[in-house]
Amino acid sequence: MRYVVKRLLQAIPIVLAIIILNFFLLQLAEGDAVDVLAGEAGSATPEYMAELRAKFGLDKPLPVQLAIYLKNVMVLDLGYSFRHEMPVSELIFDRLFATVLLMTSTILLAVGFGVLLGLVAAMGLNTWRDTAISIFALITYATPLFWVGLMLIVVFSLNLGWFPTSGMENFAMFYEGWDRVKDIAHHLVLPTITLSLFYLALYTRLMRASMLEQAGQDYVTTARAKGVTENRIMFVHVLRNALLPVVTMAGVQVGALIGGSVIVESVFAWPGLGMLAFEALFSRDLNLLLGIFFLSALLVVAVNLVVDIVYSSLDPRIEVD
Amino acid sequence: MAFWKLFARNRGAVIGLVILVLITVMAATAGLFFPQDPFSLAGQPMSPPGENGFLLGSDSLGRDVAAGIAHGAKTSLLIGLLATLVAVFVGIVMGALAGYYGGFIDNLLMRLTEMFQTIPSFIFAILLVAIMKPSIESIVIAIAVVSWPAVARLVRGEFLSLRNREFVQACHTLGMSDLRIMLGEILPNCLSPVIVIGSLMVATAILIESGLAFLGLGDPNIMSWGFQIGAGRTLLRSAWWVCTFPGIAILLTVLAINLVGEGMNDALNPRLRERS
Repeated sequence: MRYVVKRLLQAIPIVLAIIILNFFLLQLAEGDAVDVLAGEAGSATPEYMAELRAKFGLDKPLPVQLAIYLKNVMVLDLGYSFRHEMPVSELIFDRLFATVLLMTSTILLAVGFGVLLGLVAAMGLNTWRDTAISIFALITYATPLFWVGLMLIVVFSLNLGWFPTSGMENFAMFYEGWDRVKDIAHHLVLPTITLSLFYLALYTRLMRASMLEQAGQDYVTTARAKGVTENRIMFVHVLRNALLPVVTMAGVQVGALIGGSVIVESVFAWPGLGMLAFEALFSRDLNLLLGIFFLSALLVVAVNLVVDIVYSSLDPRIEVD
Repeated sequence: MAFWKLFARNRGAVIGLVILVLITVMAATAGLFFPQDPFSLAGQPMSPPGENGFLLGSDSLGRDVAAGIAHGAKTSLLIGLLATLVAVFVGIVMGALAGYYGGFIDNLLMRLTEMFQTIPSFIFAILLVAIMKPSIESIVIAIAVVSWPAVARLVRGEFLSLRNREFVQACHTLGMSDLRIMLGEILPNCLSPVIVIGSLMVATAILIESGLAFLGLGDPNIMSWGFQIGAGRTLLRSAWWVCTFPGIAILLTVLAINLVGEGMNDALNPRLRERS
């Protein structure tokens, strides 16, 4: 319990720093919210713009503006998107589900297959299986995600017609209940495979290295001396210990996963946060982009926190330094 | 010579080096073989590979895909190298200060590093380029900003372990300045892991650059592989070659750099070789 509290306290300065960074990025950008508003309206007198600035507090000195910004962010008021005519936080929460769905399925696929492939490679060390898996990992590690996505669309959607090219569901069919779930799952296949490929390579390598490291530990020798069968040593003793670093890595990689989902979502027009970021980029909607950035950073902090806490209860050797 | 022997023992690394040299030659001779601007219309639009004088086909505006790939190689290599150099420089400065002085400075710099590692790096890069307006400089800065923490952590670790060694203490007794000890004595001793991580970072930088260009955040005046794929994605149904070939170029380049990086690791850190 003390660990949990301590870990929570450690996360606070990071979140604060991210908010401040966000604020300064907003300052760096050319023009402020009033310029955007004036641009949208087509014409605005300088007096009216000054009045608007006073209303938003944009005429106050920087530290005061920062304080106002901090206060707003605390209550999750991330500003207003003038393109969508909606508060940024509302827009983000609308799209959150699709991204979380994509990320969850990706992590499951990548960790599952990565562990499996790494296990197979480590068990048949230096055989053709090991080499094949290593080459596969090397190549997927070097492939740009967006290109894989496009190639999968060419092969499986355009030529074979097995999967839809884009979107999350087929609105024209008005599916309900299980049919709708099935439809979404059908749309989910290609984006999940695309996004998981890179991490699959990562987890495969990690799992292989971790298995080999654990296999050289003293407890393995002890187990062997006791007469435990090789299979039992591998699957019961070594596997359990080798899984730990892979799980940590999965937590650390969440940040990278969000970055990858921007690309994959814009390739497959998957209506999540990444797609929203892509649209914001095109319409130069900086407020929205910053909001997405802030929320994803927050998500990373939260996931890392959860992983650490779960971890410390699983493995009592891990302590706060 | 000993370095080359150890490097050559890794067959993958040699293959990677050959590919990398070929790509560098392609980038250097792009102007010779394709003297025209890669953005210019070179002939019949939407020609499949091998037809109408296009080796790898042309896109909807009649731009030569092969010319784009040759000129794009320059962009990818240039941005990858520049961004890595900046990131390694910043990382060395941060890591050296933190590891050498320890205490408060270390605490502050490591918190900063941690924060930068927490931030989702690709979205951060997008944001930086969007704010600074797309150009070679802004892309290099954005990639460097998201890549330096790894170097800083590595250099800090090395400095921490070296700063209390006898040779460093001897330097103190001789009255050397801190700067001279850091640059002249400790840094040369931790260069090999920095070179290895730097070479792998070039590959990551090229991937980030292509992703940015794909999303439309590339320098609009310079041809790049990511831009070609981004521009060709609407033609997937009718002209698959526009997207396919630049992607293979990215794949080969990044793969080659990763292989060379691993080979360098084998050659420079012989102690680590048994691990993988």
